[in-house]
Amino acid sequence: MRFLFKTAYDQDLRLFKHGGQVFWYGLLFVVLLAAPWWASEYMMSQLHFIGIYSIVGLGLMLLVGFTGQISLGHAAFLAVGAYTEALLQAAGWPFWLTLPCAALLSAAVGIVVGLPALRLKGIYLAIATLAFGVIVEEIITRWDSLTGGNSGKHLKPVELFGMKLDGDADFYYLCLALTALCCIALANLLRSPTGRAFVAIRDSEISASCMGVNLARYKTMSFALSAALTGIGGALYAHKVTFISPEQFTLLVSIELVTIVILGGVGSLHGAVFGAAFIIVLPQIISIAKDYLPSGVAGASGLQSTVFGLLLIGFIIFEPMGLYGRWLKIRTWLDLFPFYRKGMFRRQKTYMKSERLR
Amino acid sequence: MKFFSVENLGIHFGGVVAVDDVSFEVQRGEVYTIIGPNGAGKTTIFNLIGLIYPATAGRILYQGRELTGLNPHRVAELGIARTFQNIELFEHATVLQNLLIGRHRHRSTALWQELAFTPAVRHAERAQREAVEKVIDFLDLQHYRDSMVAGLPYGVRKVIELGRALATEPKLLLLDEPSSGLNPEETNEMAFWIEDIKKGLGITVLMVEHDMSLVQRVSDRVLALSEGRAIAEGTPAEVQAHPAVIEAYLGSKEPA
Amino acid sequence: MIPITQLLQLLLAGVAQGCVYALVALGFVLIYKATETVNFAQGDLMMLGAFVALTGATVLGLPYWLTIVFAIAVMAVVGMLIEHIVLRPVLGYPAFTVVMITIGAGYVMRGAVTMIPGWGTETYALATPFADRVMRVGGVVVAEQQLAVIGHTALLCLVLYLFFRFTRVGIAMQASSQNQLAAYYMGIPVRRINMLIWGLSAGIATIGGILLAPTTFVHSNMGFIGLKAFPAAVVGGFGSVPGAIVGGLIIGVVEALAGFYMAEGFKDVAAYVVVLLVLMVKPSGIFGETVAKKV
Repeated sequence: MRFLFKTAYDQDLRLFKHGGQVFWYGLLFVVLLAAPWWASEYMMSQLHFIGIYSIVGLGLMLLVGFTGQISLGHAAFLAVGAYTEALLQAAGWPFWLTLPCAALLSAAVGIVVGLPALRLKGIYLAIATLAFGVIVEEIITRWDSLTGGNSGKHLKPVELFGMKLDGDADFYYLCLALTALCCIALANLLRSPTGRAFVAIRDSEISASCMGVNLARYKTMSFALSAALTGIGGALYAHKVTFISPEQFTLLVSIELVTIVILGGVGSLHGAVFGAAFIIVLPQIISIAKDYLPSGVAGASGLQSTVFGLLLIGFIIFEPMGLYGRWLKIRTWLDLFPFYRKGMFRRQKTYMKSERLR
Repeated sequence: MKFFSVENLGIHFGGVVAVDDVSFEVQRGEVYTIIGPNGAGKTTIFNLIGLIYPATAGRILYQGRELTGLNPHRVAELGIARTFQNIELFEHATVLQNLLIGRHRHRSTALWQELAFTPAVRHAERAQREAVEKVIDFLDLQHYRDSMVAGLPYGVRKVIELGRALATEPKLLLLDEPSSGLNPEETNEMAFWIEDIKKGLGITVLMVEHDMSLVQRVSDRVLALSEGRAIAEGTPAEVQAHPAVIEAYLGSKEPA
Repeated sequence: MIPITQLLQLLLAGVAQGCVYALVALGFVLIYKATETVNFAQGDLMMLGAFVALTGATVLGLPYWLTIVFAIAVMAVVGMLIEHIVLRPVLGYPAFTVVMITIGAGYVMRGAVTMIPGWGTETYALATPFADRVMRVGGVVVAEQQLAVIGHTALLCLVLYLFFRFTRVGIAMQASSQNQLAAYYMGIPVRRINMLIWGLSAGIATIGGILLAPTTFVHSNMGFIGLKAFPAAVVGGFGSVPGAIVGGLIIGVVEALAGFYMAEGFKDVAAYVVVLLVLMVKPSGIFGETVAKKV
């Protein structure tokens, strides 16, 4: 059991609350740095994707988990980032320029989405973002002079300051660096006034407004930041898959992104990474499990769909705090052993109150 | 220049006139209370002043500038803070984080600085924390500092609402039924705090209240409302003895 | 074809398609009114209903009308089961979470359909007595199937109108939707009502699926058309039963017109462009009500 004896305000401000955290995160970082040595080629590829989807997950987590908005059209921002990267690289721009452009353009599109969304809440916002996502997908498909339409676009490997990052390890370090940067940036944001404003908007818009939070400004900012992060993820994604086409940015993809946030654990940065890792690893787990299932089930093309749906339902019912929540519970059990009480994380039973009156 | 005044304020919701031609003035440093039976329009007036509802008639003047037409967050930036009748705290945050939101109008850092958490941001955060600790000391909330609001008892949450409003360092504090839901001891404490806020912090208080003992104890002047209209104004004693007020609360004497 | 005939032809197609959207929208507006849950799996319920009808017609050899009854009955049970197993545990959770659960349910339904022997990933045709029969009215070609769709929908609307207007269950539903705790206190069997609503919605979705089958054929992805029901519900006014119908018809007609008069690709997004416009101008839709929180 650990007791934190606080003697300075800085202890509350710090990212790592105590030496133990520094140790474990440090260890994690060292292990990740050494990945090219212990990971197989296949695992490296998975790690690439985990990094990419973590960044996207962080973006969506910011919007959904921390500002309380909804987006069922985030694949659109992924697409903007990916296509911007593809087009600018084809035009000869260097990577250190194309990546920020992808982020900025996505942010601009995010503002375009965010502005009308200011007045919308709940299901209306969900449908608006859904509609938006579908429309963007259609625009990409139809505007084939720019995007190549259904024939898609190819990308060359990333070239950064003269180095060609076409090896597994090179690209991996790029992803790792960007993921770490995004995590830190968001963690910083959350311990500053802007982050608090976001959380205030999530919990009670009216009182946030009466405390001086400019709702319009912060909601738009949240959309923009979320879109920018997703755009960065999109640019990396484009390089990873080297070929992008509109069918990679459908509504189903948007829903998958939201699932990352939910499975990982809404309202925590760790959740984004946990969720991303889980989604990437899931098809492997299903493949392994196939050997144990009756052939009628295992051979069905809808197996992945079914498992996906069951997991989503299962997590929401049994583990609403997501993977990170479960990890917290395990860690608390270990920390407090043998004093852990079963009801520690139990939420009070709530009755549905009309969301229309929120 | 008047500190705060409301002139011919009115609002109707469709056919229902909730507030009808109400005018009053609050002087700097006083505790001004609005009383009236249920449905008299007291909280509606608060919502009009806080610009949550747009008035359909009249104006609101604060330190010489007109408030009508502004956004609610602008009102907060000008130095007016409020509490809510049905507590509107941030349930999934700690007490400390709730109070820190109150400091929002005193922020000084830009987005890019916050993303990088520059030393300027750290410095600003320490300053905000110190300011909030003063409020915590004032209201004796030390042992609730890191608790999630969601699990706290009602009386404590009312105090936290008050604390959050105080954290904004307002010049005018709007308290919406500060004693509702509190037992006599807690109401007593609330009375002490309102007195301290007035004398110690020099904040002007505009209050809506039902509990007459609290009203009598802390108020300098009282305005009585009934059915959206002002019916009496004066010291607590004067208003309580006013025949129109008695009739509004108790009804007129029916011949036997 | 002279322009006016062309227009009428398009309108007819639009109204017929719109009726299907209306039925799906109606199903989830009912669920929304009762529990404030938005059921993203409504389209998949429609798909499942169509498959059940298919089994009734082919495997059990039932005649058309009996197939409909059989499918509705089975799906009503399925709907009630879904409510009981999946939604009841999350009573009281925030709306967004519940939406995600219904999305999950949709995934399960789509996947499960591929695993059932005899269904799988094939596309099937559902035999109806109206298929392939057309009439000529004026210069307009009217398919009997289209008339059937419109007729069935109108009849259903009438039945539901009477149900909500003149029964206690309808009022109980509305109470439950605005404040569940208070409804419990008033002795309303909230959980049973929610279950019934889901059964009812699933039945309505089934009718939609059977009416849609001749156009799109029966396959595991036919439920995606149900997504267009959301714009329909928003346009008509979320939470309004007549709104769902009107909204569905509007979306159907707009789509039909866009498909003909506008460039390629507009037909697919017409519904979504319309809903974005409505959300920006009048989010509460045609029949919806604006509500605000009293603080």
